[in-house]
Amino acid sequence: MRLPFAWMVCLRYLREGRMQTLLILAGVTAGVAVIIFLTTLISQLQASIIDKTLGSQAHIVMKPPRAVNLPSLPGSSTAAIVQPRAQRLRSIDQWEAVARLAAQTRGVQAVSPILSGAGFAARAEANQPIALLGVDPQAYQRIVRMDKYLTLGRFDVSGANTVIGVELAKDLGVALGDKIRVITMEGRNDLLTIAGIFDIGNRDLNRRWVYSSIKMAQSLLDLPGGITEIDLRVTDLFQAERTALELQAQTGLTVDSWMQTNAQLLTALKSQSMSNNLIRFFVVLIVAVGIASVLVVSVVQKQKEIGILRAMGATPRRVMSVFLLQGGFYGLLGSALGSGLSLALLNFFSSFSRNADGTLLISPDLEPSVVAWACALALVVGLLAAALPARRAASMDPVQAIRA
Amino acid sequence: MTLSDEYWFKTSRCMSAIVELQGIRKSYGLGTPVVTEVLHGIDLTIANGEFAALTGPSGSGKSTLLNIIGLLEAPTSGRLSVDGQDTAGMVDATRTALRGRSIGFIFQFHHLLPGFSALENVMMPSIIDLGWSSAKAQETAMQLLEQVGLKDAAHKRPSELSGGMQQRVAIARALSLSPRLILADEPTGNLDTHSADEIFELLQSVNRERQSACLIVTHDPRLAARCQRQIRIVDGQLI
Repeated sequence: MRLPFAWMVCLRYLREGRMQTLLILAGVTAGVAVIIFLTTLISQLQASIIDKTLGSQAHIVMKPPRAVNLPSLPGSSTAAIVQPRAQRLRSIDQWEAVARLAAQTRGVQAVSPILSGAGFAARAEANQPIALLGVDPQAYQRIVRMDKYLTLGRFDVSGANTVIGVELAKDLGVALGDKIRVITMEGRNDLLTIAGIFDIGNRDLNRRWVYSSIKMAQSLLDLPGGITEIDLRVTDLFQAERTALELQAQTGLTVDSWMQTNAQLLTALKSQSMSNNLIRFFVVLIVAVGIASVLVVSVVQKQKEIGILRAMGATPRRVMSVFLLQGGFYGLLGSALGSGLSLALLNFFSSFSRNADGTLLISPDLEPSVVAWACALALVVGLLAAALPARRAASMDPVQAIRA
Repeated sequence: MTLSDEYWFKTSRCMSAIVELQGIRKSYGLGTPVVTEVLHGIDLTIANGEFAALTGPSGSGKSTLLNIIGLLEAPTSGRLSVDGQDTAGMVDATRTALRGRSIGFIFQFHHLLPGFSALENVMMPSIIDLGWSSAKAQETAMQLLEQVGLKDAAHKRPSELSGGMQQRVAIARALSLSPRLILADEPTGNLDTHSADEIFELLQSVNRERQSACLIVTHDPRLAARCQRQIRIVDGQLI
């Protein structure tokens, strides 16, 4: 029994007020469990939503600037009907230099030049409107993980190979290895062999997207050497807009981030995070008030004993540490128990909540950083909540305290 | 330092007094319209190993004087030296340390810590002093309990002991750091005559064996008569 004075008295007080200790521990445990569980749940759900929505999209898309009318006279001095310019398919000027610049920009993970245009896919009497995408398969796979979406074959667009969606395959009645004719508005056409069939979870895209090599697309869309957009992937999803603005300022191109094109998703994610923060804030507040009130009552109850300890030579600092330790103890033990409880909750919920395709909606894995963060928070909150009662105990006049 | 101050300092050393009070005054309610002076200039010396009773009617300032000697309260004016150390201008931590090492308290209502066993209560001053509990402190505490006749009750909680036994534990606790001064505030106040006699005799034997000076506040003239010296205080003045 070689415990320091403050620890010895603290533990004895905790044992003496068993009921109080258990109740407040239960409170802290529940609080920590709620915080860890909710944070894990929301971050997993957000990751899953982001993955589903943005998995088949680039985070940032760079396109040529829109063509506009440039009047030679000031607008007010001429009476004319100005028609907006039609946007014809144009290549990004000096796109290789732009792609290199984008690749060197901070926060950019992958760069993929793409040539896209409209056309038709035809087989016998059947034809369907399509969006032809000429891609460099290796660069493109770093933006969109096509291997994840492929249901048949490989993502092989070399030579005259093509990869199409399941809906288009169904509509045209084609299978792996069959040939389809792709016709563009430029009056060109070619016969492509189906090397792979994908399903990216969106019926419309499964019907419209047809992949080919960049060379094939350049020839079909009559845009030799050109590409129409550069797709980027960034490391920090929520910094995409800033990177986009930076690139726009540097290149003068039209640069859109997912945050603009999916503004609603962004709002949903943000309000979800905000409600999570709000819940966390109130849980922390309730836990802090709970610990503080238990300790305030304890200080009043122990007034006489504090006076005796002071009379026997205990300094105010020692008395203070007895109560600070109690607060820290509640926080630390509560967070350990709370982490366990949240793991149990996650296991319980993940056992029956599943996605439409049968995969787990929540995985019962705790993020170590979240647990560490919650435990540190509980410890700090415990100490802070104990600070006020502890100061009160320390500043007590021993004579008054003993007489009380 | 004035001449009289110097004289006072010299005498306090020469006489080997454990406590030396000079012109001690204590007022309450300073800074408010109603200022009450409880002690009106007390001069008192208690020699090493002295066994003295402090008597007086209720409200005469006995407890206040005891608290000032015990460094629990600071005097409003006057000089106080305890164990050869002048206490004027001492910071709280030094004052607390001096109190812990040199003075043992015995209160009227024993004031044991209810959550700790008799043995732990007796060890507490040493735990506070060292910051840790040590095997040596436990040994000393056990010997003290044996001396007050409570060896078998060492692991009982205060609530399991009788009033007389509780007071004996409190005495053992007061002795645990072998203080040179024991201050007892009506130690027999709430005990029957038989237990009161026992406690008094225990204090006497402690005084004889350990040469600790004892200052005992008591209402009981029978016990006061058995002390070497009687100090009587009335209306905040010694008579």
